[in-house]
Amino acid sequence: MAITLTINRKKVSLDIDSNTPLLWALRDHVGLLGTKFGCGIAQCGACTVWVNGEPMRSCVLPISAVGNAQITTIEGLDPAGKHPVQEAWDELDVPQCGYCQAGQIMTAAALLKKNPHPSKQEIVDGMAGNICRCGTYHRIQEAVALASKKVKK
Amino acid sequence: MKTSRRNFIQQTALLTSVFTLGFDWFESKGAAMAISNEPGRFNAFLSIDSTGKIRLYSPNPEIGQGIKTAFPVVVAEELDVDWKQVEVLQANLDTQNFERQVTGGSGALKHSWERLRKAGATVRQMMMQAAANQWKVDVSTCKTSKGFVLGPSGQKASYGSLATEAAKIPVPSTVTYKDRKDYKIIGTRVRGVDNQAIVTGKPVFGIDVRKPDMVFAQIVRPPFGATLKSFSADDVKKMPGIIDVVSFKNKVAIVGKSTYEIMQARQNLTCSYGSDAPLESNETHQAWFDAGMKSDKVTVQRKDGDFAKAISEATKVIEATYECPFISHSPMEPMNFFADVKPASVLLAGPTQVPQPAQKAVATLLGVPENTIQVELSKMGGGFGRRLSNDFALEAAELSSIIKKPVLVMWTREDDMGGGTYRPAVRYHFKAGIDAKGNITAFYLRGVGLNAGNSTRQDNFPVGAIDHVLIESVDQKSAVTTGPWRAPITNFLGFAEQAFLDEVAEAAGKDPIQLRLDLLARVKSNPVGKITYEPDRFAEVIRQVAEKSQWKKKPGVHQGFSVYYSHFSYVAQVAEVQVKNGKPQVKQVTAVTDCGEVINLSGAENQVKGAIIDGMGHAMFAKLNIQAGVTSPTNFNAYRMIRGNEVPKIDAYFVDNGISPTGLGEPALPPTGGSIANAIYAATKKRFYKQPFY
Repeated sequence: MAITLTINRKKVSLDIDSNTPLLWALRDHVGLLGTKFGCGIAQCGACTVWVNGEPMRSCVLPISAVGNAQITTIEGLDPAGKHPVQEAWDELDVPQCGYCQAGQIMTAAALLKKNPHPSKQEIVDGMAGNICRCGTYHRIQEAVALASKKVKK
Repeated sequence: MKTSRRNFIQQTALLTSVFTLGFDWFESKGAAMAISNEPGRFNAFLSIDSTGKIRLYSPNPEIGQGIKTAFPVVVAEELDVDWKQVEVLQANLDTQNFERQVTGGSGALKHSWERLRKAGATVRQMMMQAAANQWKVDVSTCKTSKGFVLGPSGQKASYGSLATEAAKIPVPSTVTYKDRKDYKIIGTRVRGVDNQAIVTGKPVFGIDVRKPDMVFAQIVRPPFGATLKSFSADDVKKMPGIIDVVSFKNKVAIVGKSTYEIMQARQNLTCSYGSDAPLESNETHQAWFDAGMKSDKVTVQRKDGDFAKAISEATKVIEATYECPFISHSPMEPMNFFADVKPASVLLAGPTQVPQPAQKAVATLLGVPENTIQVELSKMGGGFGRRLSNDFALEAAELSSIIKKPVLVMWTREDDMGGGTYRPAVRYHFKAGIDAKGNITAFYLRGVGLNAGNSTRQDNFPVGAIDHVLIESVDQKSAVTTGPWRAPITNFLGFAEQAFLDEVAEAAGKDPIQLRLDLLARVKSNPVGKITYEPDRFAEVIRQVAEKSQWKKKPGVHQGFSVYYSHFSYVAQVAEVQVKNGKPQVKQVTAVTDCGEVINLSGAENQVKGAIIDGMGHAMFAKLNIQAGVTSPTNFNAYRMIRGNEVPKIDAYFVDNGISPTGLGEPALPPTGGSIANAIYAATKKRFYKQPFY
């Protein structure tokens, strides 16, 4: 039975197993490859997307549980890369390999949406769920702070 | 610098009305080589077409080390163009025009520095000559700035407008490089050239490769040392989306239409394994370490003076044993590779640190000529040495040849962490003899490694400063596969040695920094045997880190020192620990690095900080267990990776000496475990002898 999802404001109809995790629906069936597979057990955060604006681990979220919710992926954040978090990421040259950064950015952007001016500790705590194997943690934290300043404007 | 006239050819591409210059920078193929017919391709590294588009080609695989940005920075600097004018492209494997398309050993800049400068400076010279001819002035009166040639009477012409004429100029036999005081790009902070693609989620990684008619596959691999006796795939083949189940080399591959369907079907696969010898476990490895430490079948890696006599005459003898387990590389992008094996051609695509060996190995495997195999390079979601092994590429090629379909072989995290080519497990035993004045007179090291090859670095400091030295290694073969792990061998040896020297300094009643400086002074005045390092550069990073960290001048702060030379670069560190609620917390690491000329300050800082975090995380937490040939844990719920709320402040400084650049992907890692362990000792009087610490 086909399931209709709303991804980056577009309706997409998928005729696949409703237990399919959103991550694999996005990657293998919708063709949105920006959301990354890291662990498959919600430990690393590489697959983070928004469901109704809330950051979720798409690797363990079956599409049957998504319903009519609005899904936002890295491709839908701002395709032009002008979201304050994306701009801050570039300005501070955060990425090394870059693989975890879609999940980091979606986590950071959700954090700032809820708390536009987080303290340093709130940034550290808010980003602690996402692993970066290259160790870009300092710049991630600095970039969230910089994006927070851009939000202020 | 001279360019042999024999070593280049000039080709005319009349149809495009642009001259294309083939140029053998590397003297690899002589006149037989030909650069692509792309308009304006002056040499392997750059093209400038008549519309003014400047493209720089980066040949080396990008793994997060920043080479795709750093290489073009050097070319752009010598070409004298504005960084904003250039477009950077990843070159695919091209053995005709590039050599050493390798990511490993922190060797790219050291290897290519002169070649990159020459690639840029030569074309700059040709642009000036073309302009001088046009203006009928002497070339020596021309200058360049931001992609323009400037003439003596205010003439100005863009490189684009000169490209066609410049391509006809004979390649100059000598070129002049910029003085480093005139650098405009080198040494500045240059943002990664892929940043925009990364922050907008563009499909740039191996896992993102999509080709027409491509299928997916996952492979079930046997325990280490086991052989596949039989498997039952009937229940797998019945599952939705499954195309085929095939077996090769003790593996079972499940081929399907989508990742999730394969993951589901895979749960129904049953495999039965056997083995000729007992399968290995942690206990096996401990027994091998014990035996290796007692064995008289050793390889003597270095012998200076008479160690046995010197140690028997020493006033004090210090001994310590260190040990590290197998650990996985765990790049965030698990292994994966695409292969499409057709009767007359093979396409490989994906993340490998060594594309040419992949091409060669696949050619041998399939029995086809190398030149029928094309290798497309994708960006890599980390590698840390794991993508040097190419086992994943060979599997993909073999599977494609069996199923006769283009296939992307995808490893789950469990496949990746359980699938081998680990950092070898090693045990070290150190012994040092001190005389009555506190000088080290005798030094001994034995390394027993499991598939580690030579687990010592016998010519590295403090060797060269001590009269009586004996260094031995034992290589114990294991069914557990191993491979280079970021800063191979030295990622743990660096810790062990720096922790040991801290103990020696304490026993000798010396400050740990002064102990090193005294040893280096000895090396400088009167070295013992062969050494691989420069004592002056070594001493300079030590002096600078002492100053920057205010060594032993911060009341209430416990500091630990370490310094290590690897991949031709020098890194000294001071770690700081504070005790809170009875627990030591690493608050800060100060690092001073001498990697010669820093090409991209932003990228260099990233490498140093990243390597320190990497070294700290793995020293504190990482361990794999082997039971009957099976690895545990296999995912991040139990294999702990360092997180952003656990990292200390890191200050990264670089020695400004203008020496030709050396490697930076690895050198900041080896000293890290030592500086942290020594700082924790200063705070708690507890020494660590095993990794992981916790």
